[in-house]
Amino acid sequence: MTTASPTGANAQAEVPLKRRLRRAERTRQVKALALVAPLLVFLLFTFAGPIAGMLWRAVDDREVRQVLPQTIAALANWDGKELPDEKAYAALASDILAARAAGTIAIAAKRLNYALNGFRTILTSTARNLKAAPEQRTARETLGKINPAWRERATWTTIKNASGPMTGFYLLAALDLVRNADGAIVAAPPDQAIYREIFARTFLISLGVTALCLILGFPVAYLLATLPPGRSNLLMIFVLLPFWTSLLVRTCAWIVLLQSKGVVNDSLHWLGIIDEPLRLIYNRFGVCVAMTHVLLPFMILPLYSSMKAISPAYMRAAASLGAPPLTAFLRIYLPQTLPGIGAGSLLVFILALGYYITPALVGGAADQMISYFIALYTTETANWGLASALGAVLLLATLLLALVYGKLVQGQQVTGGMKN
Amino acid sequence: MEAGMVTAAPALVRFSGIQKTYDGEHLVVKNLDLDIRKGEFITLLGPSGSGKTTTLMMLAGFEVPTHGEIYLADRPIKNVPPHRRDIGMVFQNYALFPHLTIAENIAFPLSVRKTNKADVQERVSAALRMIKMETFAHRRPGQLSGGQQQRVALARALVFNPQLVLMDEPLGALDKRLREQMQLEIKQLHETMGITIVYVTHDQSEALTMSDRIAVFNDGIVQQIDRPDALYEHPVNSFVAHFIGENNVLAGTVETIDKDFCRVVLAGGGAVTARAVNVSGAGASTSLSVRPERVAIVPEGTSSEGPNRLPARVQNTIYLGDHALAVLEVAGNAEFMVKLQPGAHHSLTPGEDVFISFRPEDCLALDPV
Repeated sequence: MTTASPTGANAQAEVPLKRRLRRAERTRQVKALALVAPLLVFLLFTFAGPIAGMLWRAVDDREVRQVLPQTIAALANWDGKELPDEKAYAALASDILAARAAGTIAIAAKRLNYALNGFRTILTSTARNLKAAPEQRTARETLGKINPAWRERATWTTIKNASGPMTGFYLLAALDLVRNADGAIVAAPPDQAIYREIFARTFLISLGVTALCLILGFPVAYLLATLPPGRSNLLMIFVLLPFWTSLLVRTCAWIVLLQSKGVVNDSLHWLGIIDEPLRLIYNRFGVCVAMTHVLLPFMILPLYSSMKAISPAYMRAAASLGAPPLTAFLRIYLPQTLPGIGAGSLLVFILALGYYITPALVGGAADQMISYFIALYTTETANWGLASALGAVLLLATLLLALVYGKLVQGQQVTGGMKN
Repeated sequence: MEAGMVTAAPALVRFSGIQKTYDGEHLVVKNLDLDIRKGEFITLLGPSGSGKTTTLMMLAGFEVPTHGEIYLADRPIKNVPPHRRDIGMVFQNYALFPHLTIAENIAFPLSVRKTNKADVQERVSAALRMIKMETFAHRRPGQLSGGQQQRVALARALVFNPQLVLMDEPLGALDKRLREQMQLEIKQLHETMGITIVYVTHDQSEALTMSDRIAVFNDGIVQQIDRPDALYEHPVNSFVAHFIGENNVLAGTVETIDKDFCRVVLAGGGAVTARAVNVSGAGASTSLSVRPERVAIVPEGTSSEGPNRLPARVQNTIYLGDHALAVLEVAGNAEFMVKLQPGAHHSLTPGEDVFISFRPEDCLALDPV
């Protein structure tokens, strides 16, 4: 029978059909999820987890709270306009005695010292000299005698500001801001205000390296995309060669080349071009050269792939329609490489923002980027709060950039009319 | 060759002794001399690798001739870069700029010529009207169908009024129905605008439909240039006879030549009288060419006058809607086609012995294959 079945039969079959479709879809989704699951779990533990931890550490402030719990409780209702009352002094004395017994004074001292330079001494000297709990109503006097700092409002404000459990202190510090004794946000004193400049330097170096990569990479990518396959494959190997070499080796190779008794200086000296060796390394120049070299493939590859997709017929069409080569390049070729330029620049810029080893090895003191300071606070001074805050600010800036790029790319539609 | 053709129009393009080689050993185009008249629709037809596209690319300026000179309106253009040749071109895959809208694509040749804005606008809308796509002005090429893209490519190549328009297999990517429709549209544009078109294709039916003249290319040589009907009726050699239209080939040896006609003994047995077109003399081997529609099947025993009557065996019949084909074995050729009226194939059964006959004028003795 080849005639169509009556409509009634179709309606009857509709419900089971929908259910069957859902079941089939569900199986497919479960399969897809199962394939993705290992990577998802891996990323969760090695990427999302640490980043969330870092963001948390940037605002986490429970150290003082753990060491001086009674003091924090006593200060809860303190308005901060005058010195706190006797109860707070008594609580502090009791906390200090307890902390000394537990050996946790240093934890609070370290945290409080970030906020007020010299706090470590105040707290440790007090702990050392406070033999026993002071008599009733003499706590203020006793502590004041041990260290006059306890008679100052700023000392107590510092403790209150560090009472946690969360704080904006580190994030403000990362932006060269502090909260003053009255709780207002003000610019940090000039001798502590270094991070804005370092952020600016980081962005400037990254921008410069991105520009250099684009200028050097564009012609190479063009060559790669237009050469016959045999020769372009050979060239591609040279482009990829840096990928197969350790970052450290490549950076050290630049030290060999650029140092004052290095290959470049010796050659220039031998040729009689210079008398004194040029300063090529441990400065901004060295950082830019080494970083550009390391990051160049990240620019060339997206450019190459966008250029490879541009049929040579477009340039021929432009020429046949009367466009001289430069006009054809600017109006037809270049606009079609914009997605590649955008992707390559973003990739290089974001990678450059986080560079640590290369500037640390070939840069001077004035060329260290933000990662250097993050590493410093993480490994040397163990100020994880500030390290995390700097990281969070960097992450935010990077995300903003990616977002802007996404908007820009979404704005323009570059779907080819040609299939090949 | 130019039988009865009025040749008043002067040559717009002249290829003079053009040779082209890519590897320095093998000539892709061998000594090409070709005149293209003003207002003419000329098609370069040939199999792939025959040199037709290379010829077109040399005219467009994307390839440089190894030897010889090309003249456009009496001006040598061998060393003129493509963008100064004033030649419009339509590419096989349209090559519409994907990042520009349809209107911007069509305006491109005008804007690179620094035409003033109002003029550009006017001519672009006129061009859009011509291809009946006014409402698509602000779409991008990716949003258009193949046929629409082809129309835009056509408008873009015509909008700056070039002296000459080149088309490189422009309809190759379209389906059959759309291709036939576009053939008529292009032909109509050619007639109404009076432009000179050089068209490259490997599709002989397309060439026959559209062209004023066809240059048949093979192996880097122009085999024949002529009007479509002349090419079909009077091919000068076996290649042209075989390439244009359906063709039956019978191998044989020339026995005698008498003015225009010759007697040929077939390799597979029998003898026929054929028009001597391309034979060197008595004793030379030859290929006979007979069109399927010029052959009649006559039942056995029927008396038939005329010199060309050959026994045949029916192999197969093919029904094709508007006509039918009988595949016969004739003198050793097992794929001898005869065109039949639809329905006539029912009277033939495979294995049946029949006779075929054709007029001597319809049988051409050509060079051996």
